[in-house]
Amino acid sequence: MKLEAIGIGKQLPDKSWLFRSIDLSIRQGEIVGLQGASGSGKSSLCRILAGMDSPTEGEVRINGHLLPKRGYHPVQLVYQHPEHAVNPRWKVGAILNEGWQPDDELLDALHIDRSWFNRWPSELSGGQLQRICIARSLSPHTSYLLADEMTTMLDAITQAQIWKTALQIAERRKMGMLVVSHDRALLHKVCDRVIDFHAWTV
Amino acid sequence: MKRSYLLTIISASVLLVVPLLLAALLSSKGLLSQLDARNLSPSWNHLFGTDWLGRDMLTRTMKGLALSIGVGTAASISSAIIACILGLIAATLGKTADRIITWLIDCFLSVPHLVLLILIAFAAGGGMKGVILALALTHWPSLARLLRAEILAMKVAPYVIISKQLGKSSWWIATRHMLPHLLPQFIVGALLMFPHAILHEAALTFLGMGLSPHQPAIGIILSESMKYISAGMWWLAVFPGLCLFIVVRAFDMLARSLYSIIDPSRARQ
Amino acid sequence: MHLLDIHQLSIAFESYDFRMRKRTMPVIRELSLSVQAGEILAIVGASGSGKSLLAHSILGLLPEHAAISGKLTFDGQPLTDRRMRQLRGNQIALIPQSVQYLNPLMRVGQQVEEAVRIGNPKLERQKVFERFRLPQAAAAMYPYQLSGGMARRVLVCIAAVSGAKLIIADEPTPGLDEQVAQDTLLVFQQMADQGTAILFITHDLTAAAQIADRVAVLHSGELMEIAPASSFTGEGTALVHPYTRALWQALPQNQFIHVKGWQS
Repeated sequence: MKLEAIGIGKQLPDKSWLFRSIDLSIRQGEIVGLQGASGSGKSSLCRILAGMDSPTEGEVRINGHLLPKRGYHPVQLVYQHPEHAVNPRWKVGAILNEGWQPDDELLDALHIDRSWFNRWPSELSGGQLQRICIARSLSPHTSYLLADEMTTMLDAITQAQIWKTALQIAERRKMGMLVVSHDRALLHKVCDRVIDFHAWTV
Repeated sequence: MKRSYLLTIISASVLLVVPLLLAALLSSKGLLSQLDARNLSPSWNHLFGTDWLGRDMLTRTMKGLALSIGVGTAASISSAIIACILGLIAATLGKTADRIITWLIDCFLSVPHLVLLILIAFAAGGGMKGVILALALTHWPSLARLLRAEILAMKVAPYVIISKQLGKSSWWIATRHMLPHLLPQFIVGALLMFPHAILHEAALTFLGMGLSPHQPAIGIILSESMKYISAGMWWLAVFPGLCLFIVVRAFDMLARSLYSIIDPSRARQ
Repeated sequence: MHLLDIHQLSIAFESYDFRMRKRTMPVIRELSLSVQAGEILAIVGASGSGKSLLAHSILGLLPEHAAISGKLTFDGQPLTDRRMRQLRGNQIALIPQSVQYLNPLMRVGQQVEEAVRIGNPKLERQKVFERFRLPQAAAAMYPYQLSGGMARRVLVCIAAVSGAKLIIADEPTPGLDEQVAQDTLLVFQQMADQGTAILFITHDLTAAAQIADRVAVLHSGELMEIAPASSFTGEGTALVHPYTRALWQALPQNQFIHVKGWQS
């Protein structure tokens, strides 16, 4: 049971390679860290693993099968900027329930206040909105969560709180995680192992 | 802020309804020639004066405006439909379709409007049909380009991609995420076409390529009055011209205020 | 004497709701702080804590619907709107958050030379490039040809050649890889050593504690505490305010715990 990238490569429109022949596997319940310079293609790799983008070469397999093309995706991605990840014309409650109805336990664990549901996303702080986005992507069908600089824009206290909950959920559900961050200290605190993206691309 | 926009919308709408109402209320008698009341300057009996055949200029102007608004509406709606279809095709049916339609848009935008209008109206044989056809075929490119760009931008918006990740179908995404964003832009874009269409209709008619002389169109009134301006009959051109200007401005203000209210970036100020 | 003195600064935004009733939303409440020449004062806070607005209020860049009260003094003289406009770019310089502030159509060398206030522009430009380890050849390049780190250093150069007494750096490090970020911080230290006062605005408490002399912690528009950078060590027992301590303890390299009631 694992999420595998086999010989993944991504070519830019100018035919140069962003990265090539990357092999990566994340086991069930494993928290893997990924660090590297900005612009090195970490976000692009995340998008490929989540099936949002197709690699120029190689393939992504989940439990030995190719990624599904439609339906709820078992690999979910949480972005750095929650304000881009929500439709500004929707109320917070509608945003939260788009994919599934998060239960009270999850909402409480993420300290999500029910009074936010009737507000617009612009009326929430970045930390509040990011917790909504995380809850949205944590349905029981999520086997792997990709956190692309998930807490970079937040203050340390909110960051610590979000990670505590995320790690608890990952452990209980045996959910695998890929954590992309430039913060070494954070990666070493939350991850089972940390990969240096540089080592692949250079 | 919002209140002043609302006020503008209401007053502009009133300005547009007045000529339609007056056109319906004023009897067609004013359009008949009255040889004992020729060339009268403005008075209480004839607010806009009378012309060289004794026709009441107020009646002619209002009926002309009503006709112009009607023609403008028909042309704008057909043009908006064309824009909608082509914009959708360009944004959704792949690269080749996109390239062809973008090329077509560029072609239309690179030729002066009026030249194209005259050509199409002439080829279609003039008259009401020719005018509407010419207006409909020349006003769609900018709206089509806007819709195409908006749809392309929406397709890569993170929240649309996430919606797909959450298992939503393309139809669901199109109706729940895209349509509510596109519809206001489409309505405003279509509304902004009106003043253009009306002005171009008047221009076409003025040049003799549009509506026939016995229809009470503003363009006809203006072109006929040219001959009499040197005789000191200023009212023949001034009032109809002023009314045309007011109607065009009213449409413009209406669309812009509406846009300010529903523009997403200003939506919650 | 303090170079910049902020006394009881309050900023509120005025807006009208749909029933046309006036609403005032306070964003900064009765904030007082001061900076000396040669000092680095870090202003730390989460997004929405008001730290960028503080910078904008010193530069006179606040939007029109902002209601401002309190007293600003620069170099012993009250800082009025007019004086802000006069001082902006020569006495007070901003290092903006994003490298998009560079003119994309102008060679970067020229952009630096245009900011020079005293001396021969070309010579000063060469000196400053050397000082911040930019190759002289970079002067002939356009912003898009520079790497993120180089572009960031060009922004620092522009602030440095202006000869400003006070430099306001608005989140200069995010998005840079570690080496470049460290370089940038070193540059600030060099400038401070030469007598420039620096307001270092950031949400990165680690970087702030590393280079600043004092750290001011902001939380939802209120100043929690101004602590000497040396207090940010160990378990943070030298810190006075519970929020500051909670923030310090929440860092991944420290206890990585969250104290209830302070998350945003």
